[in-house]
Amino acid sequence: MLLDCSHGLDEWKSTTFFSEAGLLELQKKIKEAFEVFDHEANDTVDVREIGTIIRSLGCCPSEGELHDLIAEVEEEEPTGYIRLEKFLPMMVKVLSERRYRPIPEDLLLQAFEVLDSAKEGFLTKEELVKYMTEEGEPFTEEEMEEMLSAALDPETNTIQYRDYLAMMVIDEN
Amino acid sequence: MGTGSSSHHHFVLQKAESAFKAAVLIQRWYRRYIARLEMRRRCTWTIFQSIEYSGHQDQVKLHDFFSYLVDHFTPSSQNERNFLSCMFAEERLLKDSEMETYCDYESIEVPDYYTGPHVSFPLLPDHATALVEAFKQKKQLHARYVLNILHEARKYLIQLPNINHISTCYSEEITVCGDLHGQLDDLIFIFYKNGLPSPERSYVFNGDFVDRGKHSIEILMILFAFMLVYPKEFHLNRGNHEDHLVNLRYGFTKEVMHKYKVNGKKILKMLQEVFCWLPLATLIDEKVLIIHGGISDKTDLELLEKLERHKIISTMKYTKKPEKKKAAEESRSISAWFPLKSRSVPSSPLRLSPHKGSRSASIPCTFTPDRKEIFKKVRQSVQLELKEGQQQMDFSEFKDKEPLRFPLESEPNSCDFQGVNQEEWKQVVDILWSDPMPQEGCKANTVRGGGCFFGPNVTEQVLQKYSLQFLIRSHECKQEGYEFCHNRKVLTIFSASNYYEVGSNRGAYVKLGPDLIPHIVQYQANKTTHTLTMRQRISRVEESALKALREKLFAHSSSLLAAFKSYDLDGSNFITLNDWSVAMESVLHLGLPWRVLRPQLVTHTINNMLEYKSWLNDLAKEQVSHENIQSSLLEVLYRNRSNLETIFRIIDSDHSGLISFDEFRQIWKLFSSHMNVDITDESICDMARSIDFNKDGNIDINEFLEAFRLVEQSYLEDKDSELKGSETNESSCSGQGVH
Repeated sequence: MLLDCSHGLDEWKSTTFFSEAGLLELQKKIKEAFEVFDHEANDTVDVREIGTIIRSLGCCPSEGELHDLIAEVEEEEPTGYIRLEKFLPMMVKVLSERRYRPIPEDLLLQAFEVLDSAKEGFLTKEELVKYMTEEGEPFTEEEMEEMLSAALDPETNTIQYRDYLAMMVIDEN
Repeated sequence: MGTGSSSHHHFVLQKAESAFKAAVLIQRWYRRYIARLEMRRRCTWTIFQSIEYSGHQDQVKLHDFFSYLVDHFTPSSQNERNFLSCMFAEERLLKDSEMETYCDYESIEVPDYYTGPHVSFPLLPDHATALVEAFKQKKQLHARYVLNILHEARKYLIQLPNINHISTCYSEEITVCGDLHGQLDDLIFIFYKNGLPSPERSYVFNGDFVDRGKHSIEILMILFAFMLVYPKEFHLNRGNHEDHLVNLRYGFTKEVMHKYKVNGKKILKMLQEVFCWLPLATLIDEKVLIIHGGISDKTDLELLEKLERHKIISTMKYTKKPEKKKAAEESRSISAWFPLKSRSVPSSPLRLSPHKGSRSASIPCTFTPDRKEIFKKVRQSVQLELKEGQQQMDFSEFKDKEPLRFPLESEPNSCDFQGVNQEEWKQVVDILWSDPMPQEGCKANTVRGGGCFFGPNVTEQVLQKYSLQFLIRSHECKQEGYEFCHNRKVLTIFSASNYYEVGSNRGAYVKLGPDLIPHIVQYQANKTTHTLTMRQRISRVEESALKALREKLFAHSSSLLAAFKSYDLDGSNFITLNDWSVAMESVLHLGLPWRVLRPQLVTHTINNMLEYKSWLNDLAKEQVSHENIQSSLLEVLYRNRSNLETIFRIIDSDHSGLISFDEFRQIWKLFSSHMNVDITDESICDMARSIDFNKDGNIDINEFLEAFRLVEQSYLEDKDSELKGSETNESSCSGQGVH
């Protein structure tokens, strides 16, 4: 089942075409991830877990983008649950259009460097907390604490972000 | 307005914008990282649970094996008759006089060099506290005191009703704890965090005190001691593990025999006498019902109050009516041979009166249809059992229908010891084994093999019928240590933290005041977890789950190979990852998200294709091997290890750890024929001989099973010492981890 060929060139480039088998496989993959959170075995998932599912499938949307996605698949009268039959086609589209790709390592490093106004190669705990909890799409207290637990070097009370990133990248792989 | 300030302005704006963008980028990335961790954590949990449930099916298989024996096996020799009679021998409660003789403790001397705690009666609060302290310091209670406490506990329990009615007006708060499963650290932590039991501090422990963990006996001693010291404030409910047949399989029997080599058998016998007298339920203010498992649509509290609970020695026993005259005849002939296989437990006249203990026989109705289904499935597929030794991971709760009673007489009323009737028995089974489910209705709990799955409507129905507010139950491990369901009308409380693995779950207890509003306290009784980051915690548990999963995969190597081959149409030795996923599920039936797990299980692919033979070989290399045993047999043995162990232990009636060469052969022969496993008699002999390590004609069960446990044992010990390293000088009850 080929996708509509009338997309613009950029989209064309970034769209993955699937063979019938490939599409089927993609659907199975999405369904599996969905089912991990389908506690009542009735093809529904709590809306609060949708972000986890989408991200675990390889996408890296911002919170704002995530909200948009959820709005697309929610019921007209939001029930707090998302149904697989709505989620699946949306997710197929997202994945085949390669939307919300993960962030390359060098870009991440640049981001830290931007925040590191003194250009010292590290961020103080206060700086990181300020940025993460006041800027962008702020972290909750829990998220902040969790990030600090791994990122903070307790001896210097700083975040050596190069090392931190290097460690995280290894983790991922 | 100079250009300077507007460009400065512009610059500041740009800087602010980039800071914003940078922050969003980092936050986006981080949230994805966390989401992936969460997915891994969920999958890990799913792995443990699905392995657990598949283990249950294996237990059902064991049950079917015994039924098969009864239905089809005609003993053709004296030996075989003995063997069978041994397997199906009657167990019953001792009379008081017998108890005095057999389970006497006064004649047991406590030597001078004994450094453990001393206990005297009447028991005082200080004694109970001293016990806790002593166990914290890893002391062991002397067998004499163990038996003494068990005797006193029994005397006390006998006069309790089946359902304990307690009230919040005597002590302000009641603390309810769930499964402990031999995890002493958790009990100590609860007492540390919540306070020791006292007239002002009531406790209810909701069953499953024993099995799996390493300190079941210590937990029992503490619980019984406090129960004797504070009878009005300290209450115990029976769980499905307070059952000697379950203990045979899940480690408590082993623990007792290991710790009490001389008096272990007495203690085990006495435990049977105590367990059956544990109350079945506790009712707080006539409003909150506490039972270990759950309820069914037939739950009848009045019936439960009236039945003679002590007659249910084990919830796994049931009896079957002789359907054919032939079977009845055979049973009679077996009973005639009964005494030939000696047993350690009273070599007294008891054993020569086989007419005692005959029961009225019937199969519980809910089980019948499933039994046929399961029996069919059993014939078709090979099931798997996780290794027994790793107690933290073998959590297969199961309803192992134990050997069918041979009806020694056809009239149920002819003896002085009678069981309960079928309906009463089922009521108790339901209370001890059922699980809630999200869907409406009530159906047989085929996962556990007994009890049922009950829906929100059943809960509502029972609550209304008896004017109750909600139920508290345990029986199921929950990641947070507790879980509400059925519109908050059912609370599951589970007090064994790190149950599957260090870091796998929290434990919790619930406090109720006169307002009956539940306040939950969570904890995780292992300091190490708190020094780890979330990723490290999840990784550690995940590693454990994957290891368990890979073992299972190995044990199914042949079936997997066959399945893979069927997808390898061009004989290239490669299959697609999609085919791999499908094949895995078709062989293992675990319902796992194979595509999500794939990156963890399959690391080498070429062009998205897997070279399956070398993958299977890699799996095999990870597992332990014993040179003496051929590899094909190894796989089969390995797969059936737990079932075999259970059968061995039943045969090994004097708990010596030894069974004869012959017995081993017979068991294996019967079992393998039932399992449709193709093994020649010669191979069995060879195998038995090679396992008879000291060539004395006896097989040491433990040594035999040890062959499968070597790697895991050392793995566990490494873990253990790793963790204990950080705990040696302090109790694990630091205030950390409380939420």
